[in-house]
Amino acid sequence: MPKITFIEHSGAEHVVDADVGLSVMEAAVRNSVPGIDADCGGACACATCHVYVDAAWIEKTGKPEAMEESMLDFAHEPKENSRLSCQINMTADLDGLIVRLPEFQG
Amino acid sequence: MTERVVIIGAGQAGAQAAASLRVEKFDGAITMIGAETEPPYQRPPLSKAYLQGALEKSRLYLKPVEFYEKHSIDLRLGVRASAIDRAAKTVTLEGGEALSYDKLLIATGAPPRKLKAPGAELAGIHYLRSIADSDALGPVLKSGERIVIVGAGYIGLEVAAVARKAGLPVTVLEAMERPLQRVAGPEVSAFYADLHRSAGVDLRIGAMVAGFEGEGRVRAAVLKDGETIPCGAVLVGVGAAPETGLAEAAGLKVENGVWVDDHARTEDPAIWAAGDVTNHPSALYGRRMRLESVPNAIEQGKAAAVNMAGGDMVYDTVPWFWSDQYDVKLQTAGISEGADARVVRGAPGERKLAVWYLKEGRLLAVDTMNDPPSFLIGKKLIAAKSTPDPKILADSAADLKSLLS
Ligand SMILES: Cc1cc2nc3c(=O)[nH]c(=O)nc-3n(C[C@H](O)[C@H](O)[C@H](O)COP(=O)(O)OP(=O)(O)OC[C@H]3O[C@@H](n4cnc5c(N)ncnc54)[C@H](O)[C@@H]3O)c2cc1C
Ligand code: FES
Repeated sequence: MPKITFIEHSGAEHVVDADVGLSVMEAAVRNSVPGIDADCGGACACATCHVYVDAAWIEKTGKPEAMEESMLDFAHEPKENSRLSCQINMTADLDGLIVRLPEFQG
Repeated sequence: MTERVVIIGAGQAGAQAAASLRVEKFDGAITMIGAETEPPYQRPPLSKAYLQGALEKSRLYLKPVEFYEKHSIDLRLGVRASAIDRAAKTVTLEGGEALSYDKLLIATGAPPRKLKAPGAELAGIHYLRSIADSDALGPVLKSGERIVIVGAGYIGLEVAAVARKAGLPVTVLEAMERPLQRVAGPEVSAFYADLHRSAGVDLRIGAMVAGFEGEGRVRAAVLKDGETIPCGAVLVGVGAAPETGLAEAAGLKVENGVWVDDHARTEDPAIWAAGDVTNHPSALYGRRMRLESVPNAIEQGKAAAVNMAGGDMVYDTVPWFWSDQYDVKLQTAGISEGADARVVRGAPGERKLAVWYLKEGRLLAVDTMNDPPSFLIGKKLIAAKSTPDPKILADSAADLKSLLS
């Protein structure tokens, strides 16, 4: 099963298994990774599943769509590599993905 | 002795409270009683992606099933609580078993209001609250036969959108003058009326249902003006009523929901309540309200848990909600009731619009269609009780961020 490493703002790391087909957000929630609230359950409506994608993975995770991009603009400290983790779907290609969490959501 | 928490209702609020109790390091016993056989799950996709067949059932679950065991949460599914004895501090389950509690949370939600009309008991007349309801409605979408939807609220309109996408002829019957009348302003109603009509929905306003016809199974809806609309199935979405029976029988104050304070506590210091079932104060709006939304269930469930664990957390957030219909995402923040002015941002006819609701200059609420910036900024402005310049709100070219400083 592909793995994802979540790195909290404090530096604490969580390596979790992620089923292909699930979103990165769902992998975090299923494994109780703190710092991903995901209030809307993946509807791209809340912007509380914000992550920073590690530079090495940006190409493989792809670009946000327009709706996601305009939500990210108003997340806490958006950066070039910001994504809403509910909008990244796990594929075998993403095995080893590294994402970092913002200090807080919203 | 270990402290015992009992949670009645294994839905969005109950599950949040159980998880938050453990986050708060509550190390007593937690028992959660759920009338449904499914572990706690999210309901929004039941009228959207799940109904469409685009989401597997396991992706509805709020936590994997192992979560509850791992965190010593005793999840009792498929069983109803039938009584609360406040003097003995017990909850009785149907079947007779009694569970003792030190602290109790009522999170029983708000099931759909039933339609009272001749023929309303016929097979083929659906309501939508649970996975089982959505599973029953799914096959209807493959029938090719007309579906009549009673009520142009969020659930009715979402199902209309899914049914149109599945190629079904759809008639929506709304008794009031416009869709979403109870929750949104006329501009929003017009936007959705237009959206659905251009997708081919036969949307009738001021349409009163007199009853239904059919032999065992519904074959037609009959209107008060005598018109008969042949159909293969009916979905009723005419609102929800809080499940307050247990609280009321136990002598707790109930008035459009279980009466709680800003700490989600009832008048009984050992009993809390959270989610759709509560009537709670809002300092932001200076009045009481009952909300039916996921964010309300999450935040109030969290507050109840923190306070049950001995903390001190006030529940007073900006209410918000979303709805997906066709390619339009609605996001709404705040409560527009009592507004004395509305400001529209975006051109009518465009599939992007924001409607701002103000009272004496103060921003009460905003409804946004495909306009996340207005939603996210609106939410912050509402929380800050701001009086934003209506000219900037109305001007699509103006930068809303300037309002935040
Ligand atoms: C089809 C649909 C679409 C929705 N879409 C959205 C949306 O897009 N956005 C949004 O924010 N909100 C949406 N909502 C609303 C949202 O799902 C609810 O506000 C939320 O689920 C409320 O959580 P709750 O815990 O209060 O109640 P629920 O999640 O309903 O949980 C209550 C549970 O308690 C159980 N119960 C009741 N009585 C007893 C008893 N005596 N003993 C044991 N168990 C009992 C019930 O069976 C139920 O499982 C939608 C709701 C529906 C039905
Ligand atoms: S979970 Fe809400 S936007 Fe991703």
